[in-house]
Amino acid sequence: MDYEVIGMTVLWTFLFGYVIVASIDFGAGFFNAYSLWTGQHQVLSNVIQRYLSPVWEVTNVFLIFFFVGMIGFFPSTAYYYGSALLIPLSISIILLAIRGSYYAFETYGSKGHRGYAFLYGATGLVLPASLSVVFTISEGGFIQLTERGPVLDYWTLFTSPLSWSIVVLAVAAVLYISAVFLTWYADRGGHSQATALFRRYALIWALPTIVTAMGIVYELRNHNPDHFASLLNLWWMFAISLLFFVASVWLIWQKKYYGTAFLLLVGQFAFAFYAYGISKYPYLLYPYLTVYDGATNEAMAIALIVAFVAGLCLLVPSLYLLLRFFVLDDQYVAGKK
Amino acid sequence: MLLFEDPVFASRMLSLLTLSIHAIFATLGVGLPLMIIIAHWLGIKKNDEHYLLMARRWARGFVVLVAVGVVTGTAIALQLALLWPNFMEMAGHVIALPLFMEVFAFFFEAIFLGIYLYTWNRFDDQRKHLLLLIPVAIGATMSAFFITTVNGFMNAPTGFQIIGGQMTGVSPIEAMFNPATPTKAAHVISTAFMTSAFVLAALAAYRLLKGAQHVYYKKALHLMMVVGLIFAIATAVIGDFAGKYLAKHQPEKLAAAEWHFETMEGAPLVLFGILDDEQNVRFGLEIPYALSILAHNHPQAEVIGLNEFPQEWHPPLFIHYLFDLMVIIGVWLVLFSFVYWWGMRRKWTIVTSRWFRRLIVASGPLAMLAIQAGWWMTEFGRQPWILRGVMTVEEAATQSPYVGHLFFFFLALYLILVIGVVVVLRNINQRFPLEQDLAHEGGERPWITK
Repeated sequence: MDYEVIGMTVLWTFLFGYVIVASIDFGAGFFNAYSLWTGQHQVLSNVIQRYLSPVWEVTNVFLIFFFVGMIGFFPSTAYYYGSALLIPLSISIILLAIRGSYYAFETYGSKGHRGYAFLYGATGLVLPASLSVVFTISEGGFIQLTERGPVLDYWTLFTSPLSWSIVVLAVAAVLYISAVFLTWYADRGGHSQATALFRRYALIWALPTIVTAMGIVYELRNHNPDHFASLLNLWWMFAISLLFFVASVWLIWQKKYYGTAFLLLVGQFAFAFYAYGISKYPYLLYPYLTVYDGATNEAMAIALIVAFVAGLCLLVPSLYLLLRFFVLDDQYVAGKK
Repeated sequence: MLLFEDPVFASRMLSLLTLSIHAIFATLGVGLPLMIIIAHWLGIKKNDEHYLLMARRWARGFVVLVAVGVVTGTAIALQLALLWPNFMEMAGHVIALPLFMEVFAFFFEAIFLGIYLYTWNRFDDQRKHLLLLIPVAIGATMSAFFITTVNGFMNAPTGFQIIGGQMTGVSPIEAMFNPATPTKAAHVISTAFMTSAFVLAALAAYRLLKGAQHVYYKKALHLMMVVGLIFAIATAVIGDFAGKYLAKHQPEKLAAAEWHFETMEGAPLVLFGILDDEQNVRFGLEIPYALSILAHNHPQAEVIGLNEFPQEWHPPLFIHYLFDLMVIIGVWLVLFSFVYWWGMRRKWTIVTSRWFRRLIVASGPLAMLAIQAGWWMTEFGRQPWILRGVMTVEEAATQSPYVGHLFFFFLALYLILVIGVVVVLRNINQRFPLEQDLAHEGGERPWITK
């Protein structure tokens, strides 16, 4: 296999990891704020805090990992995306800063400060929107090459139905993924009220997620016909994804096997995410940059892959340990440790 | 205003701002885990609850600093590509490996830090809990090492050839272990340990000055002053090697820092002073032969002067003040902590006097100031290059006209963060007074978990 393809697969996998863990994180922040507003804070906040406090930093690393890996494997992306995305990504940095500092300030500072909790919840919805801009832009048509380097055409971006459908999908998916995970998590700890509430959120957000996902495929037909055609070739992957979706919603509806439901959800997003990724091949930025002309030299690619394998040997057992302590330990989840 | 008109200048200022703020949190983030390990280990070894308590109380503050360190670190990681796209496109071919490994080290640290902080009550055997902290310290130190190799590469680019504007024949390992790496990484890591120790010593001294009587604070103060002394000496020794590295590989930086214009043998070292228009140093304190000794370990050795280099390659001459500031503080910290240590052995009363403790309180911020001065010196001393001899800062920066505006957004953000940290750290002390922590000994321990 080409180094480029290995690099892309690695990065896409980490981006997928980030999508799942960050969705849980962003969504949890939103539900936390929402429960303050509706007066159900007592029920939810403990469950949310239990999960988030030890893992939020790890969530953050997934993003940096993807970002640094991208520049490592494909240095040209730094030029194209770096030049064009100064403002959207700077906004993301500021929003991430609000979230990151929340953990520090909330744990020891103004305990239960409502304003900060709302701000934190709001960032959970704005961040997926600001980060998903990258996906929109990669479809082409939003960046112009000028003497000053690649420049983002904001007007086209803000008036494009494609960019808005991607934003809506990002927000809906965040709330859906998060609700399903938290249903399972709360159920494990025996927090029955919280389980019921999260289950309701999961069912509410299931439909918008699947509808907007399909809407985007439709939008792409007008925006980027090449991409649309290659998406159709992978129809079977989307079909499996849909099957997983139906099965996981059905389980949640039946109030049983929440763990399996969450795994099915991960499978659902995995199939859709990889199908989307494969269909984009070979473009990193349509039509300027492909995987092949953006790739790093062979020596660096080999070094990166070696470092990656060695790094995984350290990370996988460590991540498992983290899960053992804070997710798979029923005593901890129940609040008895 | 220049900031709004010139994207290059604005990018430089924004990077300066982000990195200066990040340096505060990163330094403590690298140094504190080791201090916590030392305290935790001493507590187990001496079977002394006070040292275990130290580890716990420091860990609480550490979390807050780490959180903000992650935030500012994320900012600089993204800003590298946003503000310097041309640089990252070119250098990415050569330095991606250490950047990538740095993230792995950070990942490793993040995982075990989460576990360490939230499992105070889950081990009957404190030694098992201590084990969790070792990967945190290793991860923190390794990420400092890897990221410093990247900075070393910018100062001494090796491991590639440029043929027709393209980088070829890349050797990632050679680029990582460039000539600047050994002294730079060692200096960064030892100063991080030193600064963290003096900051913790300063906190304990502050408590004692405020009238605290408990032996806990005296133990903390003494431990950290001794650790501080050890790393201050290490820092000074490594700093000397760093000077010799500069003389050999980056003579223009050393020459600018020392206002040494004419190449000569037996070169003197100039402290302080003001420079007039004819490159004459006025009011300076001249130490004969010292620069030759610093550069080559020989009083008669020849030191290359700044005039050997074309004018447009000259670094700004104000780095002289930064160099002086860093070195003076470093020397002061060595002497001062040595006097403390010697005085304690000899049971001198002055080292426990109030004015001496005030000096200890000052030593924490002073060490941090030396860190900043050192980084500013090394970074401004590399002007006009972003990759010395390969790419100038001008060629590397983004052309976006909005950087000047973003500067103020980030300034506001960092102000809020810094104020928040100060407020929260003060709150921690009020919410968890020492007496309350001591009272919990042997009983239930709500240290970190809520």
